[in-house]
Amino acid sequence: MSKLIRLRKGLDIRLAGKAEKILLPETAVTRFGVRFADFPGLVARLEVQEGTSVSAGSVLFHDKLFPEMKFVSPVSGVVREIVRGEKRVLTEVVIDQVGSDKIDFGAADPLKLTRDEVRTKLLSSGLWAVIRQRPYHIVARPDAVPRAIFISAFDTAPLAPDLDFVMANTHGNHLQSGINALSRLTDGKIHVSREAGSLRVPELDNLQKVDFHRFAGPHPAGNVGVQIHHIDPVVKGEVVWTIDIQDVVAMGRLFDTGFHDRERIIALAGTGVLHPKYHRIRPGATVRGILNANMKDGGLRVISGNVLTGKRISSEGSFGFYDNVVTVLPEGDYSEFFGWATPGLKKFSYWRTFVSSFLPQKEYNLDTNLHGGHRAFVVTGHYENVLPMDIYPVHLLKAIMAGDVELMENLGIYEVAEEDFALCEFIDPSKTEIQEIIRSGINLMIKEMN
Amino acid sequence: MNFLLKKMKKTEPLFQKGGRFEKLHSFYDGFATFLFVPDKVTTRGSHIRDHMDMKRTMSVVIIALLPALMFGAYNVGLQHTRAFGIVDWTLLQMFWFGFLKILPLIIVSYVVGLGIEFIAAQIRGHEINEGYLVTGMLIPLIMPVDVPLWMVAVSVAFAVIIGKEIFGGTGMNILNPALTARAFLFFSYPAWMTGDKVWIEGLTKGGGLDGFSGATPLALAKLDGFAQMPSPMEMFIGTIPGSVGETSVVAIMIGALILLVTGVGSWRIMLSMTLGALGMGLLLNLTGGSEYTQIPAYYHLIMGGFAFGTVFMATDPVSAAQTNTGKYIYGALTGILVVIIRVFNPAYPEGTMLAILLMNVFAPLIDHFVVNANINRRLKRVRTA
Repeated sequence: MSKLIRLRKGLDIRLAGKAEKILLPETAVTRFGVRFADFPGLVARLEVQEGTSVSAGSVLFHDKLFPEMKFVSPVSGVVREIVRGEKRVLTEVVIDQVGSDKIDFGAADPLKLTRDEVRTKLLSSGLWAVIRQRPYHIVARPDAVPRAIFISAFDTAPLAPDLDFVMANTHGNHLQSGINALSRLTDGKIHVSREAGSLRVPELDNLQKVDFHRFAGPHPAGNVGVQIHHIDPVVKGEVVWTIDIQDVVAMGRLFDTGFHDRERIIALAGTGVLHPKYHRIRPGATVRGILNANMKDGGLRVISGNVLTGKRISSEGSFGFYDNVVTVLPEGDYSEFFGWATPGLKKFSYWRTFVSSFLPQKEYNLDTNLHGGHRAFVVTGHYENVLPMDIYPVHLLKAIMAGDVELMENLGIYEVAEEDFALCEFIDPSKTEIQEIIRSGINLMIKEMN
Repeated sequence: MNFLLKKMKKTEPLFQKGGRFEKLHSFYDGFATFLFVPDKVTTRGSHIRDHMDMKRTMSVVIIALLPALMFGAYNVGLQHTRAFGIVDWTLLQMFWFGFLKILPLIIVSYVVGLGIEFIAAQIRGHEINEGYLVTGMLIPLIMPVDVPLWMVAVSVAFAVIIGKEIFGGTGMNILNPALTARAFLFFSYPAWMTGDKVWIEGLTKGGGLDGFSGATPLALAKLDGFAQMPSPMEMFIGTIPGSVGETSVVAIMIGALILLVTGVGSWRIMLSMTLGALGMGLLLNLTGGSEYTQIPAYYHLIMGGFAFGTVFMATDPVSAAQTNTGKYIYGALTGILVVIIRVFNPAYPEGTMLAILLMNVFAPLIDHFVVNANINRRLKRVRTA
């Protein structure tokens, strides 16, 4: 059995509104969108216009730097709109679903293909984009061979889906094919991390060609970046890949059936939802289908992704490319009289300054209030408590703010993604936008290294 | 409270850019956010945030200071009765007497300090930082009760402007602002910060019993050898002359408990500083030598400002070492230095203030080495890979 890696640092935010383990059938959705913000650092070149007819798997746009890297339509239909934001920056391609045409990329056994053939198939089918690389936490560059590939088989984020439940209900038996495909792309190992004490899921348990690791501990133990740090950390000059376990399935499906089909199981969760349950959905689908008649009254925020790292979308927005949960939370746009001085019987906090810390309570309601104002860094020694990595968070942040590229490199910018710092941001009494700083540091590195 | 909120929302535009009272914006904002946690929601990054903010962080420290403040008020009264031979005061009378003596110190400290903070925030266009709420309470507690108010005002202004604002405000300062204020007075007006008169209300104006000495234990030890010192129990409980809030180890330990349970104060610094002082004291006990080196090691923990400095001053997150490993080193060295200054330096009976200020200066250096070790670990991975 694999060695148990026990993490003590971190924090489980015990948020109310967990999804009940009931899987609902896929709701019919007629509108899809592909958001450019899901791919940081990407410079996209459109290959469609408004009105172009597409099939599932048709190219919508490609990367400027690597034109062979395609991003495709999740469904067949017509491009309804190409949404642009400020300064005409591309924000989203919106597609109305019509018919069910899909492009056949050809079924094949990946083990009988060469590395180039596997790579080409993934690039042209649009499934390459599901692979992300460290450093930088961006879509993997096709010109590099990764030292290893890391897959997290559990998610510890607040209200995240139980991936054991998800994998037990996933259609078909494509996981092994996906792993086989990945095994052609690296000379190193494929690491799969599972939670200590996770359920027996045959499809996972019997996986070949992978190294299993077991992790125990609070969030962010399920973050793949944290797992990499403890299994085999990224060092300067090398690249590792990470991939969502449900996308390994999608990859296997591509090789087994020949079609681009990223159907996945997600959780609909949060205190703003009437019936939090599991749903089948395709990335890009409007969330209107699953939210319909399922939201409470009042000011709510719909988030594609978890509450720490997700993106705010409208109640008709499209589900993000990499996400596995839709969270609905009440907005916190109210003023609280002497809110900073209350005993806090029902206020969840990392800090033991609230009475709630000393009361046994399982779940808490949190909203989107900032609970304070922006300040300079004052407290020390606490950010480290929620970041289970050998990294000095505040020093790294200050190096980024100072734009000191060499120091950022020395302090471990290659190992991190903004999601790893989400808890630092959550507990910060100075309300610093830490994830944004990390991303700006990563972007600076990308610019400097090219 | 809706009435108040509505009223505030109505007056808000007056203080915004272009409003009639634009120049008072920071003042308005400070007041408004004091009354109400604003309705601001998250726009970037994590959608949910901890309920903790800087106001609450600072409030915790102030609450932790209250036992020392209360005991200080009582002790001011108690010492006054002793010096003047008053025998019929009740505990409450002593407390009230002391409270009225301390109150002006607190008021002057807050008015001057917060005034400067408001102006600085307005100039920078920042929100008011709550850091001074703690500093403003610390300063009266480390002053002799008889210090003239204008001196408090001058030292506060010095500490806030030179010690903090020129570095960029709370979070950027190198030295602990409260200790900067005290050090400023200590070197500028030594007569008011040392000796055997200032620690007890009324003595500087003459009077008092014949032959009564209001000297602090440390000063007594310097003058007449440590045999003259009060009993350890008295020093532990705190019924001795000294700065307002520093005398009672018991009251300070209650505060320490609050800081440790809430996690606001660093246990690493408190522990290592205590062990550092204790270890150095024991080492000196072993060496023999002068009478001072023979002071029982545990005396160092209950004498003078050590306890107060350990719990409330050395742990200031901004001026202390910031890395966890660095905190152990910083604390231990501070503790060692306290004892060295006390024992080997006859000019300064009180070493805690100087030791902490000195280590404040070295804290970034300690962090530098700790962070460099981290960098080296990372570089080593590259070579072996």
